[in-house]
Amino acid sequence: MTTDSLILPIALPLLGALLTTALPRIAPLLGVIAATLTALSGLWLTGQVWGGDALNIVLGGWGLPLGIGVAADGLSASLLAMSSLVGLGISVYAVGYFAGSDRGLHFWPLWLLLWTALNGVFLAADLFNLYVMLELLGLSAAALGALTGSREAVAANLRYLLVGLLGSMSYLLGVALIYTAYGTLDISLLSERIEPSALAATSVVLMTAGLALKAALFPLHFWLPPAHANAPAPVSAALSALVVKAAFYLILRLWTDLFANITTTGAAFILGALGAGAILWGSWRALRAERLKLLAAYSTVAQIGYLFLFFPLLQAMPPGPARDDLFAACVLMAVTHGFAKAGFFLAAGLVQKNAGHDRIDELGGAAQSMPATTFSIALAGSALIGLPPSGSFIAKWVMMRGAFETGQWWWLIVIVTGTLLAAAYIFRVLSRAFGQEPTPRCFVTDARAEIPALLLALSSVALLGLAAGPIWSLLGFEGVQT
Amino acid sequence: MSQLLTWTALLPGAILLSSLVPGALIFLLKEESHLLRGVLNMAGAIIKLVLVVVLIWGVFLGGVFETRITIAPGLDLVLHADALSVLFVTLSTVLWLVTTIYAIGYLEHSPNRSRFFGFFSLCVSATVGIALAGNLLTFVIFYEILTLATYPLVAHRGTPDATRGAKIYLAYTMAGGVALLIGAVWLRSLTGPVDFVEGGVLATMPEALHPQLIAIFLFLLVGLGVKAALFPLHGWLPQSMVAPAPVSSLLHAVAVVKAGAFGIVRVVYDVYGVEFASQLGLLTILGVMASITIVYGSIMALSQDGLKKRLAYSTVSQVSYIALGASILGPIATIGGVVHLVHQGIMKITLFFCAGNYAETLGVHKVSEMDGVGRRMPWTTLAFTVGALGMIGIPPIAGFVSKWYLGLGAAEAGEHWVLLILAASTLLNAGYFLPILYKAWFREPPKSWPQEHVFDSRFETMGALLWPPLITAALCLIAGLLAAAPFSPLEWATLIARREYAP
Repeated sequence: MTTDSLILPIALPLLGALLTTALPRIAPLLGVIAATLTALSGLWLTGQVWGGDALNIVLGGWGLPLGIGVAADGLSASLLAMSSLVGLGISVYAVGYFAGSDRGLHFWPLWLLLWTALNGVFLAADLFNLYVMLELLGLSAAALGALTGSREAVAANLRYLLVGLLGSMSYLLGVALIYTAYGTLDISLLSERIEPSALAATSVVLMTAGLALKAALFPLHFWLPPAHANAPAPVSAALSALVVKAAFYLILRLWTDLFANITTTGAAFILGALGAGAILWGSWRALRAERLKLLAAYSTVAQIGYLFLFFPLLQAMPPGPARDDLFAACVLMAVTHGFAKAGFFLAAGLVQKNAGHDRIDELGGAAQSMPATTFSIALAGSALIGLPPSGSFIAKWVMMRGAFETGQWWWLIVIVTGTLLAAAYIFRVLSRAFGQEPTPRCFVTDARAEIPALLLALSSVALLGLAAGPIWSLLGFEGVQT
Repeated sequence: MSQLLTWTALLPGAILLSSLVPGALIFLLKEESHLLRGVLNMAGAIIKLVLVVVLIWGVFLGGVFETRITIAPGLDLVLHADALSVLFVTLSTVLWLVTTIYAIGYLEHSPNRSRFFGFFSLCVSATVGIALAGNLLTFVIFYEILTLATYPLVAHRGTPDATRGAKIYLAYTMAGGVALLIGAVWLRSLTGPVDFVEGGVLATMPEALHPQLIAIFLFLLVGLGVKAALFPLHGWLPQSMVAPAPVSSLLHAVAVVKAGAFGIVRVVYDVYGVEFASQLGLLTILGVMASITIVYGSIMALSQDGLKKRLAYSTVSQVSYIALGASILGPIATIGGVVHLVHQGIMKITLFFCAGNYAETLGVHKVSEMDGVGRRMPWTTLAFTVGALGMIGIPPIAGFVSKWYLGLGAAEAGEHWVLLILAASTLLNAGYFLPILYKAWFREPPKSWPQEHVFDSRFETMGALLWPPLITAALCLIAGLLAAAPFSPLEWATLIARREYAP
């Protein structure tokens, strides 16, 4: 049972990818079935982690130092649950989006391959498998991003591919250093053995830098906006909501688990400072963006920044309930952003399809004629701003509390400025929806495409904003603090 | 949630949902389903009223009504009914019912009604959430939702003016929201979850933290002051007059402005505790800000020709009476401030309804066009007169009661300068309201009105537009005449003051 539940989230999408390649004629049908099964398996695994303890197995019949380890704990389960639900939403949406176009043929195998890699990153238990999965993720993501075949898209995604390779190389170099020093790549074994040394520090720097490049942490974000803004809407959603999270997940995992003994306040401060730069720069560029999808892409740069602000706070906070709260809030922030950004991109894609372009200044009519889609943008937007009730409001509340409690009040200025800038760029879009165009007849015009976007956006607000407790339970924090 | 789900634990939540659920359903309705939308609106408003009556009775008997949802460990969403929240809940419920009737009449044949009524219900739900908020986190959550829900209402008309007004509104309230958030989180990091408790919770804090508590109060005051339109944070209010009349009424009488004023009362009495706030010198800051706003708003109102703008500046001035009442240490001033929460609401909503009637029926938007409107629309003008005289403070209308208690409370506390402010404000109020009344009743009407609509009705205007101001004007009179009757706003404010000052 345990074996199955750990393997299925990786095996099912892989099988789906093979089948959709073999039978392109019924690819959308197979794709949706595979997506549903993948999502169910991911949720099943999440349920098991919730019920019991962390799970892990070793494949291939070899002992731990040699075999391929797969493991799931609260952190990976939370992100797995996010990727399951968001992935399902994207899949349902994609059926309508690609209907009657050849691009759909290439979409399904690549998307399912990307999903395989994503779940692989969340579940892999050793550093080398992580590398393999990361590489696979980068390749399939770049191929998906170039799906429109337009000159900008191909150029942007070629750059994305090269950047991804560079990032993986840097990461692999760090892994190689670790392996020569400690003779194992298993994360749990390593975290017991590792101790401060020049070599360990070098490998931390190499691995973090490589992953930060993949996570588009400022100032290494330059590749993200063109790549995400020029992809088809479901792909943009997957790239922005899920793929960057994989790299972030790894950094969080490495810093709080593997390298917990050797990270320093100074190093965490640098990550926080880069995050602050990302928030301010990303939000500013989003405010200046002329196109809706470019705005959403820059907003991702900014939101990734918030996630990195947690590092200096986590570093300074002594272990205890307050630190648990911070850690859970960090995960909550990542998960909320996943839902909100996916909803935002899917809705933006509909607006773009309806209007024929996505220039923000000319979107009034299109936005007003699609109430449900505009509503999705508004809901997702309020989660991006961090307005209540949304998961990111709760996360920001805890983050600001952490900043006060650890005396690092300067992060507050960044958080507040970022929030106001986010409000400005979101309402720049929303204010277009209140024009004097004729009244739309009803709320939902195209259910198959509008409902997934609406549900994703709604989850980021109502579900994660009012019932964030399960993330705490999933991470094993009982929350004794009152 | 291990607690027993009894009706007392469900009632506050049910009151919130009674407008939230119809609101959500209204969004989904087709534009042309007038009847269903009307039924949903009215059903929600009436169910809420019934639930609130039950709540009033329960709280009067000293029952505990609390709905508690744990968002995450240590972060609870609490809806808790105490005497103060019941006062505000009742005000918003009654006025929501009246405003809904008015809005249905006012917006007949205008576009985008599903969107309008959806956000309208959301707005009232947020107000009720603010009223029932049992801790600071819950208050902040609903305070921000209110900002979001009101934005589409201000922008509703879609004209460049409306877009601009909405933008200014958003800029002010967002900045205020952030200040409130900082204050709330800072306080949370010092004390743990901040529950609202009658009498305050901070008095026992060690002396070393007092400077921080003062700074926190200032953050909270800026955050709340934006919505309460305290000078110099009031700039959005006159700009958002572009909204349709029912929205202006709601903004001014019930929702936004009141949310700010109510928040100030909450922070002073139930977070800091009035004695402790006085000890820290915070009441002086609040009192000075409120006094400046009262005089400033009245002076600005004198020179406005636009009727709604004049009323808007009058709101700026009048709402600060509530803050002024909170800034004077002593139960009688508390009564005056708290009761004005209700009195200002019913008087101001009457005035805005009437302004809307003049605009809809005759196309009259300016004070200078109001010559002789009393002859064309006697009932509307009668209601307007009651509201205006009440604002000035003429007995036996509700406004007199507030001013009487404020003045008495100030004298009792030895703050005689407050009497001067009250006197100046009364003179100024008379200065900008009496000329309107004179024009309306005693000047000859013009040959033709700017833009007259003839409604198919036996009254001077559409019935749905006429009844609401008459009802609220009657409430103004009743609240003043029967101020000493049980369950009058004054009696309830006395109950609140008694509980706040209980040893």
